[in-house]
Formats: sequence, C-alpha cells, structure tokens
Amino acid sequence: MTQPIIEMKGVVKSFGQFHALYGIDLTIREGEIVVIIGPSGSGKSTLIRCINQLEQHNSGAIVVNGIEIGRGRRRAAQVEVGMVFQSFNLFPHMTVLRNVALGPARVRGLSWAHAEERAKRLIVRVGLEDHITKYPGQLSGGQQQRVGIARALAMEPKVLLFDEPTSALDPEMVGEVLDVMQQLAKTGVTMVVVTHEMGFARKVADRIVFMDGGRIVEQGRPTEIFNAPQDPRLRSFLQAILSH
Amino acid sequence: MSIFDTFLNWKVFVQTLPLLLSGLTTTLTLGITAIILGFIGGLVLSLVRLYANTPFRQLAIAYIDVFRSIPLLVLLVVVYYALPFVGIRLSPFGAAASALSIVSAAYSAEIFRAGIEAVPRGQFEAAHAVGLSPWRLMGDVVLPQALKIVIPPITSNSINVMKDTALASVVAMPDLLKQATQAQALAANPTPLISAALIYIAILLPLVRLVSIFEKRLAGRGR
Repeated sequence: MTQPIIEMKGVVKSFGQFHALYGIDLTIREGEIVVIIGPSGSGKSTLIRCINQLEQHNSGAIVVNGIEIGRGRRRAAQVEVGMVFQSFNLFPHMTVLRNVALGPARVRGLSWAHAEERAKRLIVRVGLEDHITKYPGQLSGGQQQRVGIARALAMEPKVLLFDEPTSALDPEMVGEVLDVMQQLAKTGVTMVVVTHEMGFARKVADRIVFMDGGRIVEQGRPTEIFNAPQDPRLRSFLQAILSH
Repeated sequence: MSIFDTFLNWKVFVQTLPLLLSGLTTTLTLGITAIILGFIGGLVLSLVRLYANTPFRQLAIAYIDVFRSIPLLVLLVVVYYALPFVGIRLSPFGAAASALSIVSAAYSAEIFRAGIEAVPRGQFEAAHAVGLSPWRLMGDVVLPQALKIVIPPITSNSINVMKDTALASVVAMPDLLKQATQAQALAANPTPLISAALIYIAILLPLVRLVSIFEKRLAGRGR
C-alpha cells in the first residue's frame, strides 16, 4: 500500500447555522483517483475546498503530505495541492503561457525562462500549443479548462483537486476536458474529483465516495458503488442520475 | 471701449502671458505632485482598509471619512495658517500640496477599494490555489485587474485635483489663478482672467473627454 497523502479526521465545517461537513474521515493514498459524487449541497465541494484551505475547517484535522494544515498553515497546503475550478478562474490579463508559468516562477522560484519552458510542455500536453500567446477571453470554455489543468499541473502538486470541472461547459466540450483528465489519471498523479460525470467516475476512479448531507455515506470501488449500492440514499441518487 | 478691448485685449494678453505661463507651471507641478501622492496614499489606504488588522483598519476608515468630509479650502487654511502655531510652517506650495494630497488620497482609497472588490472572488481563489503569497496575489493578479477597472474614476479624481489647485491662490501661492488676478490688477484689465479660464479649459477638457472614452470602452468590453 502506498503512503497516505491526505488524511482527514473528524473534519467539521459550518457556515453560520448551516453544517456543510459533519465530521469527515477520509484517507487518500498516493496515486489514488478518488471521485466524489452526491446531490448538490451534500458538501462535496466544501470537502475539497477544505483540503486546499479555500475554506477553513472549524474542527478536526487535515494532514496533507505529512503537514497538518489549518490556521497559519494555509499556504503550505496550497503549494502542494493543485486545484481546477468549475469556472476556470484563469487570470484574464495574462496570456495562456503566463497563466501556467506564474506559479512556478513566483512560488517555486524558477526563472521565467525555466517556468515558461515547463509551461510550454504542459500546454502541449493538454493540446493547446497553437494558443500559447492568446488570452483566456479568446479561448472556448473547454480550452480554458485545459489551461486550468495545465496551470494546476505546473506547480507539480502532490494532489490535484477538481471541483466540478465540466459543469460550466457546453456539452460538446465536456469530452475534451475529460480526455485530458483521463490521460492524467494514467500518469500516477493523485486526483480528487468532484463531478456528475458518472461515465468518467466508472471508468477512471479507483474509489468512489458518495456524500449526502455533509457526511460520507458510502464508498467503494466503482463496480461496488454502481452495481451493488447499499445505502438507500445512494440507490435513489443513482436512480435519479442514471435514469435519464 | 468695445467688449474685445475689455475682455479679449490682445495687447494685454501678450504682455501678461509670461506671468500666466509661470503660474501654469506652478499649477501643473502642484497638481501632478498631489495626484501622484494621492494615488500612492490612496492605494496604501485602501489595502489597509481591506486587509489590515482591526485597529489599523479602523484608523484607515477614520482617515478616509474625515478627509472626505472636510472642505478642501478649510483644510488648506488650517494647514497654512493654523499649523504654524504648533511650529509646523509650510511654504505655500508645501501647504497646498499636502492638503490636496491628503484629500485626494482619501477619495482615491475609496475608488481603489471599489476596484479591488470588483475583481471576482474566483481570481483570489485561483491565486491562492496556485500558492501565491499575499503580496504576489495583489501585485500579479488582483491589482492589474482592479487598476483597469478604476481608470475612469481615478482620472476623474485627478481632474478634480487639478481644478482644486486653484484654491492654493488663497494661501498666496503663485499658481495660474493667482498670477491671473495679479496681472489683472497690473493691467487694469480682466483679459488675464479670461485667458486663465481658457487655459484651465484647454488643459482639462481633453482629460474630461478621455474619461468618457475610457468609460465607453470599459462598458463595451462588458466586464
């Protein structure tokens, strides 16, 4: 068994009166592809946003790459964890190249020349070599999201988080982004993916985590989750999502 | 005497022009100094107001509110005529530049704050996710976008500062207006005043136009 890269113990997050996470225990090992599914409002996004501290948990412990994160240790997590956003969030005033090179140059301390070299390799890898000098506004949604993936990869993170990476895309662009993610999954990088793309989950995930009401209700291999769901909530969720 | 001899007297105009131009130089120097200091001060104040710890934040809020409430002329008179009683004696230029910068910084701070707050949350999150330090986050990601947003209001504020330099004539600073009134007394003819008015318009009208163009362009881009 490989090393655990993320360990969450009793993680609680509330927004005022509303409890988004009720004591989450979750261990993710190096190289694992974990897909988190569940109805909207079930806490999936909050969970991964806690892992890189875009949301700060109220109690419990989160250990990323051996470092307990939390107050005062926010950046430690952010430097080791890459994030791909639903709405891309590329920097609109920078070219594609600059977007991807920024992290390595500013955070990893690479020279701009080295950072751009690394950025170019990644941009080629996501198939956008013809768009290197363009600005995000000149790209389609699918292309922007692939830049988002390259930007996250450029930091050589220990873990890549995906927060509904295809939910804001037109249907014809979902495929190109999922293809890149699938390629990525084969390279051994650790991925935690929140998505409604059940085809992707079934094909790519090592483990599927089903959440509802701020709790992890059931988890297991894709075959177990899809073919033999135990919890009635998971069953009705799958029925609702797969029936149309 | 015809209206031309009285208000647009060519001979008087030519005679007093050197005086007016020296006044114009002073006005521009004063205006640009205050605009630059107000810009820097405003930027610092807006960051303190948004991100500093509570006592500093409250100080920034107090500063911004107080200096947006006080009439500039009153502040100028206080700085020039009252401060000497506590041993602070400023030249007319120093007094005018301080008063203008202090007030401009307060207004600029509110403009910058609005600009920073207009940058989408996702930009901050993406910068955090990339692991940027707070300074890099501001310098590389947020401020370039915020500054673009505030170009029209900041230009507008700069026009106001330039116009308000005329108040400095009250503290005997030889700016454009002061020199014009001087010249009018010497020539016993109001032509220098008309000339001064036209010079102000000639300098500021293009800037006013520019603001409209900026605003249109920003609106056209739809963000």
